[in-house]
Amino acid sequence: MQEPSIPDIIQLIPLKSYLILSTALFVIGILGVLIRRNAIVIFMSVELMLNSVNLLLIAFSSYKSDPSAQVFVFFIMAVAAAEVAVGLAIIVMIYRNTRTIDIGFLNKLKG
Amino acid sequence: MLTILLILIPLVAGLLTFFLGGSNAKIIALAGALAELATAVFAWTQFDPAAGAQFGFQYDWITASGISFAASVDGISMLLVLLTTFLVPLIVLSAFGHNYQNPATFFALILFMESALVGVFTTTDAFLFYFFFEVALIPVYFLAAVWGGENRLKVTFKFFVYTIFGSLFMLVALVYLYYQTPGTHSSAITAFYDLQLTPAAQGWLFWAFFIAFAIKMPLFPFHTWQPDTYTESPTPATMLLAGIMLKMGVYGLIRILLPITPLALNQWGAVAIVLSVIGIVYGSIIAIQQRDMKRLVAYSSFAHVGLMAAGVFSTTLNGMQGALIQMLAHGINVVGMFFIIDIIFSRTNTRYLDHLGGITQKTPSLSVYFMIMLLGSVALPLTSGFVGEFLLLAGVFEYNNWLGAAAGLTIILGAVYLLRMFQKSMFGATSVNTEHFQELTLSERAVLIPLTIMVFWIGIYPSTFLEMTEPTVNQLLRFIHN
Amino acid sequence: MPVTLLVLIPLLPLIGFLINGIGFRHIPKGAVGLIGSLAALGSFAASVAVLLAFKEGGSQPMIVSLFDWIKVGELNIPFSFQVDQLSLLMLMIITGVGSLIHIYSIGYMKHDPGFGKFFSFLNLFLFFMLLLVLGSNYVIMFIGWEGVGLCSYLLIGFWNKNTDFNNAARKAFIMNRIGDLGFLLGIFTIIHAFGSVEYTEVFRQATGLPVGDHVVFAITMLLFVGAMGKSAQIPLYTWLPDAMAGPTPVSALIHAATMVTAGIYMVIRSNVLYTLAPETLEIVAVVGAVTAIFAASIGLLQNDIKKVLAYSTVSQLGYMFLGLGVMAYSASMFHVITHAFFKALLFLGAGSVIHAMSDEQDIRFMGGLRKKLPITFITFAVATWAIAGLPPFAGFFSKDEILAHAFEHNKLLWGIGVLGSALTSFYMFRLLFLTFFGSFRGTHEQEHHLHESPAAMTIPLVILALLSAVGGFIGVPEALGGTHQLAEFMSPLFDTARQVNPEAFAATALTHSEEWILMAVSVAVALIAAVIAYVMYISRSAVPAPESEARTGVENVVYHKYYIDELYDTVFVKPMKSLSGVLSSFGEFVIDLFVEGTGKLVKGLSNLGRQTQTGSIGYYVFAMVVGIVVILFWNLLLN
Repeated sequence: MQEPSIPDIIQLIPLKSYLILSTALFVIGILGVLIRRNAIVIFMSVELMLNSVNLLLIAFSSYKSDPSAQVFVFFIMAVAAAEVAVGLAIIVMIYRNTRTIDIGFLNKLKG
Repeated sequence: MLTILLILIPLVAGLLTFFLGGSNAKIIALAGALAELATAVFAWTQFDPAAGAQFGFQYDWITASGISFAASVDGISMLLVLLTTFLVPLIVLSAFGHNYQNPATFFALILFMESALVGVFTTTDAFLFYFFFEVALIPVYFLAAVWGGENRLKVTFKFFVYTIFGSLFMLVALVYLYYQTPGTHSSAITAFYDLQLTPAAQGWLFWAFFIAFAIKMPLFPFHTWQPDTYTESPTPATMLLAGIMLKMGVYGLIRILLPITPLALNQWGAVAIVLSVIGIVYGSIIAIQQRDMKRLVAYSSFAHVGLMAAGVFSTTLNGMQGALIQMLAHGINVVGMFFIIDIIFSRTNTRYLDHLGGITQKTPSLSVYFMIMLLGSVALPLTSGFVGEFLLLAGVFEYNNWLGAAAGLTIILGAVYLLRMFQKSMFGATSVNTEHFQELTLSERAVLIPLTIMVFWIGIYPSTFLEMTEPTVNQLLRFIHN
Repeated sequence: MPVTLLVLIPLLPLIGFLINGIGFRHIPKGAVGLIGSLAALGSFAASVAVLLAFKEGGSQPMIVSLFDWIKVGELNIPFSFQVDQLSLLMLMIITGVGSLIHIYSIGYMKHDPGFGKFFSFLNLFLFFMLLLVLGSNYVIMFIGWEGVGLCSYLLIGFWNKNTDFNNAARKAFIMNRIGDLGFLLGIFTIIHAFGSVEYTEVFRQATGLPVGDHVVFAITMLLFVGAMGKSAQIPLYTWLPDAMAGPTPVSALIHAATMVTAGIYMVIRSNVLYTLAPETLEIVAVVGAVTAIFAASIGLLQNDIKKVLAYSTVSQLGYMFLGLGVMAYSASMFHVITHAFFKALLFLGAGSVIHAMSDEQDIRFMGGLRKKLPITFITFAVATWAIAGLPPFAGFFSKDEILAHAFEHNKLLWGIGVLGSALTSFYMFRLLFLTFFGSFRGTHEQEHHLHESPAAMTIPLVILALLSAVGGFIGVPEALGGTHQLAEFMSPLFDTARQVNPEAFAATALTHSEEWILMAVSVAVALIAAVIAYVMYISRSAVPAPESEARTGVENVVYHKYYIDELYDTVFVKPMKSLSGVLSSFGEFVIDLFVEGTGKLVKGLSNLGRQTQTGSIGYYVFAMVVGIVVILFWNLLLN
């Protein structure tokens, strides 16, 4: 028996489950961003949200047999990597300047 | 081609002054300003009043939108270009006696200003007009804000915001007009003339333009920025403001407001002219009791510009011609006045009339120049002010006899406040401040003598200038009245 | 007629002004006086030559156009001169009397540091005055009109260290400017009505209008306002007495002989228009008569020698306007001429006295000067005789002619005129007696310095005395067996006016015997007044009370010039000053309130908006999430 292709494997699980999972991940991410005050955790939550979207994109891609969504995923991963590089650098700088990464203290933008 | 040269020369000279200036900044600036004057005079010799717009230049700037970098010179432009290019070298020269910080920047800003002013007076594209109108504000803002007096920041901020606020109305009006033009749209001013607008639309446009220009000139009751700004600015900036920049407003009335909204004039012209006349009397009365000479001249300038506006709004040939020649005369007189005040200030460190007196005993020559400028301002016949004021009052009188009579109060009140200023500063006993008043220097005379010559030229042989503008004005009036 | 000669008339004084004005402090005093006087004399010579050429050429008016001055559309104001009988007469007075006063000034101003300045101003004055009378249109007249006002300002405030003098100068200029506004508005009305300002064109068109036309009424009234300012008539007369702050030759030239008569010149020049406006003439006559008697009454109690003469000038100008008002145009011109002679003489005589008295001007400290200053005394006496209207001197003929016309026109005006002439006679003889008779009342030092003035000053006095004595003979009325050459000479000027209103120019209805009676009455009245003055100040040798003494009722009011200056100060000057103060503080504040208010409003709104910018990242993120949720709901669920 021929080994099943990745899309087939993906399609073993119904689309609904993907939707629920990625929504759950996304909401966890949002709550993380909203509730946590540690900049690094917030950052990780953002990554979580990105990945939940990635997951959804892949799932749809398989079901619709349209590879263009996968291109998006790669694109998002690349951007996320860049973003992490910049974002972490900013967080490091913030830490060096303020000795904290608690966003509650970062209110210099107050008008 | 000449027109583009006229705009570019001061710009280039300004850049040269800025980058290569150093200690020679003032020399380079003066040379640049004189080169510009020479070009303008050359253009004048080539100028044919009957031929309409000349020396045209057009370059498609934003092609897709029909906005082009277009400029040319007709009678009205020629007059104002001559005024600008004549005054700027004198303004540069007038700053020679001072040691301003960063002279390179200082003089470069004056030249940038000149470039923008010439741009305003020559451009034939509405967006370019707006562009230059606003650009001209920037150098003078910095001149006032950096080299000004104690309250300069507050005062210049008010000035800047106020004029920008006014210009915003103009911008809206221009954009509206732009979208009214047929086809692919055009922002040429003449394209705006040809629009068939409803009276209601013209009414809105009238007020939008009116506010923009009324603030710039300024007209009553939009003038409260002016006395403070004139007083706080360094004198060269004051001269630029009062001598030339103020004329942008009057020029705007003539070039933009009247021909674009002729129908609104029937409805609202009376309000505008009444405001102008109120300004004349109001400014004159306030000037009577001023103690600071600069502030006094500021109010007198305010009163004079009210008369110019009234003449323009009368849309009579006399009124228009009077306004034009008065712009020239006023520019020269007011620059002379401010310069004399500057001379007095540089020697006595005060501009307060109560602290002065008896200067004529120390330097009769200064009092003679002062008297000549004053006579020009009070419109004594055979000096510059008379021809303009005579025609202006005749124009307003033609429009409405009572308004003419009210505007005529300026010749009485003008004498009241200016003679008071003259007497308190020049006559009487010397004070502590004026005891050791120094004789005029060579560079000071070099400024005052050309001004004096112009005062008498305009007064004795005004035909030079009247003939230059008459065909253009006639054409404009014919257009407005149809 | 040679055009260059005509142009030279105003040009010479202008050149004199430029030389002395630019070179002053470098040119030696002798040369300054010479240049200034030569300019005036040269101008006089040119005027005489023009007059002769004019007569030779058949007395035809001539217009010489120099260049287009202001040209706007249809309106063309050329810079051109008109030569006719009127301008020639004025030319003769201005340059003639002007030259004498220039020469006089060489002596009078000799010790003044501003000698060069003085002469340059005098020359400039001549220039403008000549423009005034030579111009062929109203605007050229206006140039001269304002120009002489300027010179008057400069010369009244000549000693500019003194603030009072400066204030007087400023007052003169501003009051004149009030009149000038009237003149200017009159010119605008003329432009409006006739489309031209050229005399010939305006008058030609005016002949087509009916008598009593309201536009002409407006024009003439407005022009008359100008005349009131320049010729010091009620209500604009208060500057002239103050103008005595200037050096005495200035008072003689500007404030007696020439400038102040510009108003009369203007009315005569516009006689066509005035003839068309009988209502205006009525007003002119009343203003003139009232001014004549009002100013004369103030003159009665003045103690400053120049102030007396100043009020006398105002009063005499009133007579001239009275004459104009009753359409005795040539009689008024006659009075202008004779007045120029005797009033210039009186001022110059007063100058001579002041010169001798080391700048004392109060007649209470003079007296008995006739022995020390014989020439001054005799000439002054001749002038007094002339101004009092006693025959056979100049004033008699001219004043009588005016009064005769007034009698014909309106008996009341005549009565006022006669009363005025009695007052004139009284105050002039009072002045004469107090100054030259009795005993000296000044300090010892002054007495020691008393001396007759130098020849430069006395020669003009003598010439003017001769003119005051015989000047009247150019206008001897028919009733006295004369032919009235002046009236005949001026007659062509009124041809046009005669056409439009023939009745007004009808020959006099008075018989010769009636005229004799009128003359006898006015002479008798003047003589009685002179006798009263004699009794008071010589027989009883009364001296006016010193300043400190209290004066009663009417006397006090008259002594203080009816408090008119104070009245003007309270009604016009002070309110204007307070208004200026109020506007510049409160008015500007209120307007600025709106401007700043707009700024404040924006600031307030932005402050509200600022509240949302907490700076907390969590808050922003929360807002963003809420925003996204709202948008999603909007798009997915509601649509």
